[in-house]
Amino acid sequence: MLNLILLLPFVAALLVLLGAPARKTALISSSATFLLSLYTLLSYDQAKAGFQFVFSKTVVPDWDLKYLLAVDGLSLLMLLLASVVALAAVWVTPRIERRENLFYSCILLISAGAIGAFVSQDLFFFYAFHEVALIPTFLLIGIWGSGDRRAVAWKITIYLALGSAILLVGLLDLHHAIPTGQRTFDMIKLGQLSGSGLIPAAAQARPFVFLLVGFGILVSLFPFHTWAPAAYASAPAPAAMLHAGVLKKFGLYGLIRLALPLLPDGAKTWAWLLLILLVGNIIYVGFATIGQKRLDLMLGYSSVMHMGYIFLGIASFNQVGVTGASLLMFAHGLSIATLFGLTGYLRQFSPTLAFDSLGGLAKQMPFLAATFGAAAFASIGLPGFANFAAELLVFFGAYKTSFAAPLSGNFKIATGFALWGVVISAVYMLRAYRAGFLGPQKADSANWTDLTGSLKLPFILLLGFLVLSGFFPNLLLNLVRPALQVLLAH
Amino acid sequence: MDPHLPWFILINPLVAAALIHIVLRRSPSSAAFISVCSACFGLIAAIGVWFSHTPAESIEVPWLSLGDDLRIPIGFTIDSLSKIMLLVVTGIGALVHIYSTVYMASDASKARYFGNLSLFMFSMLGIVLANNFAMMFIFWELVGLSSYLLIGHWFSKETAAAAANKAFITNRIGDFGFMLGILMLWAATGTVVFPELSAKLADIQLSPAYLTAAALLIFCGTLGKSAQLPLHVWLPDAMEGPTPVSALIHAATMVAAGVYMLARSYFLFSAAPAAQDVIAWIGILTAVMAALIATQQDDIKRILAYSTLSQLGYMVSAVGLAAPDAAMFHLFTHAFFKALLFLGAGSIIHALHHEQNIWKMGGLSGKMRMTFACFVVGYLALIGCPGLSGFFSKDLILLAAWNSNKLIFLLALLTAFLTAYYMTRLVVVVFLGKGRSHSTDHAHDGPAAMTLPLAILAVLSIIAGWGTEPFFSHSFQGLQHPAHSSFVLALAVSVFALGSFGAWKIYAGKTEEPIRFLPFFLDKFYFDEIYAVLIACTHDLLSRIAAWADKWILDSVVVRGLSGATWGSGFLLRFLQVGNLQAYSFLFGIGIVILVYLLVLGK
Repeated sequence: MLNLILLLPFVAALLVLLGAPARKTALISSSATFLLSLYTLLSYDQAKAGFQFVFSKTVVPDWDLKYLLAVDGLSLLMLLLASVVALAAVWVTPRIERRENLFYSCILLISAGAIGAFVSQDLFFFYAFHEVALIPTFLLIGIWGSGDRRAVAWKITIYLALGSAILLVGLLDLHHAIPTGQRTFDMIKLGQLSGSGLIPAAAQARPFVFLLVGFGILVSLFPFHTWAPAAYASAPAPAAMLHAGVLKKFGLYGLIRLALPLLPDGAKTWAWLLLILLVGNIIYVGFATIGQKRLDLMLGYSSVMHMGYIFLGIASFNQVGVTGASLLMFAHGLSIATLFGLTGYLRQFSPTLAFDSLGGLAKQMPFLAATFGAAAFASIGLPGFANFAAELLVFFGAYKTSFAAPLSGNFKIATGFALWGVVISAVYMLRAYRAGFLGPQKADSANWTDLTGSLKLPFILLLGFLVLSGFFPNLLLNLVRPALQVLLAH
Repeated sequence: MDPHLPWFILINPLVAAALIHIVLRRSPSSAAFISVCSACFGLIAAIGVWFSHTPAESIEVPWLSLGDDLRIPIGFTIDSLSKIMLLVVTGIGALVHIYSTVYMASDASKARYFGNLSLFMFSMLGIVLANNFAMMFIFWELVGLSSYLLIGHWFSKETAAAAANKAFITNRIGDFGFMLGILMLWAATGTVVFPELSAKLADIQLSPAYLTAAALLIFCGTLGKSAQLPLHVWLPDAMEGPTPVSALIHAATMVAAGVYMLARSYFLFSAAPAAQDVIAWIGILTAVMAALIATQQDDIKRILAYSTLSQLGYMVSAVGLAAPDAAMFHLFTHAFFKALLFLGAGSIIHALHHEQNIWKMGGLSGKMRMTFACFVVGYLALIGCPGLSGFFSKDLILLAAWNSNKLIFLLALLTAFLTAYYMTRLVVVVFLGKGRSHSTDHAHDGPAAMTLPLAILAVLSIIAGWGTEPFFSHSFQGLQHPAHSSFVLALAVSVFALGSFGAWKIYAGKTEEPIRFLPFFLDKFYFDEIYAVLIACTHDLLSRIAAWADKWILDSVVVRGLSGATWGSGFLLRFLQVGNLQAYSFLFGIGIVILVYLLVLGK
């Protein structure tokens, strides 16, 4: 089953590249991927929990390196996110004037790589699939981006390649730290062994900081975040949706899947650093978000800011906080994809998306205004959307964490900053919404038209999942919780 | 009681709101019909709950649960406190829905209006029914949303859009403290559910400082929602919303939620006397300040808004004075007469084609007889005319102040005087004398759907205080009930007489404001201006600095410095010519080199 889900987008990408009708193939393949993922989710046996749908084929026996696909609750959540956003991203893609097939092929490749990273339970493939997804992201910005696309593409390439390189160092260092004889690339085995203290405490600090910085750069952890707003502003909407919504979550997923269970003492050593950096994400980047004058940049910054909350949940290192972080990865992915998708639609009318040039759009674009408003309120943590339930868990988890005991007072302070961030995010989101959609209409926007017909569907799909999991968060918590219990066992 | 009844009360307006927003956006009259029906069903169900005699019980389903680590249920508390509140919310809600069918009849976005009104009912009823702090916070935020949507109903007007933002953001500042307080309590007790929390707090003996801090943080929620000093600035601006909304949300129900929350969690405040002192003072200062401002306003809705602030200050202060029963009693009576006054004002504004300046009204007593009669009832109830509902509840608050803090008592008395003064000014200027603009010439009462709610509210404003007091004192265990004092009563009646007589003497027959020597009051103590400066030199400045630093320091110097300066731009450009793929693999290669170096060195 997982093989099918993974191969579908790869094969589709190849077919499109070879000349199959681009949009049609992409839509069919991503719809099928979505339905199959949903089917996997529903047929996953929650009573049994653990890894299911296992497919294993040994590649290098000496290193215990395998092509190993399997999902637990956490992987399933990410798989669902990836397949929903991928379908929406393909759907919202407008008419592409030049090299349409390459464009669709890139989109499919990103989604294939992301799915691969989330369902592979082998270190090598986990890393490799993410790299596969990064390259088409650079191409999408470099070829089809807006504004100063070349400079932006260059910057994101340097940044993310650097992040990946550091991450690779970290992964190998981690692998090295495991006592010989127990060394394996098998993440399932590693997860199970972690409970018994696999790696000596003294050897954990160095790999952890590599992983933190490596994954951190990929997730736009402060101060390594400046690539993100510019890249999302320049990227074509589907690329921004897929990267901010899904691919970026790879780093957070990696921290939860690998760094926390295998290097708990490393995490404890570096907790102070992570706390400072994540407050930087929430407060410093939060203020920078308020200071933006363009809708796309503002959204890019807000997405960076919200990573701080996920980091806070991870830093708290307890069930409540890490569960909150996982749920927030899902929720943020859906809400930011909705916002970038809608912004992409607006860009055809206003290339710069400067607040000065917008205004009063709610009158003539009621659907766009309503969905944008819903996703905006979701992203600033309004109850009824999954983001709220997730942030609530993060706050509860971080406030009461007993992890890294001497720091527990600092965790409370960080939680306080994070709560003030909720005020900051209301300020920038409502200001932006008012500038874009409320107030009197502008003369030059008179002939801008609202979304029509089937173009509305991807947004309804994204928001539908957000509301469903916001009203009934236990649906997802029951899925994720057993997986995290294994990972946080010690 | 049928356990499904509270579920029905809560879910029914949500269904109506969803139906209207999703399928009925283009059919305004069916939207209005559905919304009104849902409000009326809610009232009937609330009456059913009122007459059910099952003992107080808690019904809950899990909402967010992580084993023993955290449990947040959606659960209901049905006790006399919530039963009364249910009646108030659904009762006034139903009347306002009916009234709105006329007031908003020709509005272009009538469907959206009714959808949001139903959304508000859902959110407000959630607060009333909640059996835990987290659920209350959820619906607390949701009333914030519905308030935002309804204040901004006419969003094409810049002032309405600004007011909506101001309301939401100011409330979020209050909620910042509220949430922190909830976290503190949960960290200490491991629960957010009211009965468990109450039992645990009695059990574990927290330090007084911790309790006081937690209680004051929780109280921040009230500061925002009930618009108390220093977070009161949003409520007057909220009058940009349609007038029925002002009546329901910004006078009778939502703004009273802060007081209801204090009463609901009174077990916490009664254990933190230091926090109670702060609450009593903030409440009474809000009451005096708002009453002073109200004496100089010219917009009929703003006068009523400041009056609401002032009366909410009374209620909050009463909680601080260890008289939550008096606070709830005043909340109850105030809901009727203030809704009445707002709907009356709405009728006038409707009749005068959206004129809100009282100096452009005048002489309406003969032209709008029904409205006049009802308005006068509300007016008398508000200023504490003996025999009407407001008299009883206000007397109870004065009594509580008299018994615990004489200075607060004096300020409360001053507020009562000012209330009589500014309300008499309003009535004299609006209804008596001659019409002062031609729109008053053709003014007349609205149709039955408008006057009937007024009449019902007028009757309730008279009788709501008769013999209802015991309901409230029974809601709280172990309260001291002060003996009624005829001295306090006499003082209350004399300031009522003095204030109204004085204002009548000053304003009868005037065509413009005779007293303009108090710019401080007219300009609302410059709160808005002070905040504007404060925000400009903190938040705005910081955001500008951060945005600048991000662009020119972190990004330019660090990133471009690293890439551009060291490798040379020509080298860089060549990479761009050949595309990113090669550049990427080059960097990847560098990564490998570093890696091998590290590994070799490490071993």
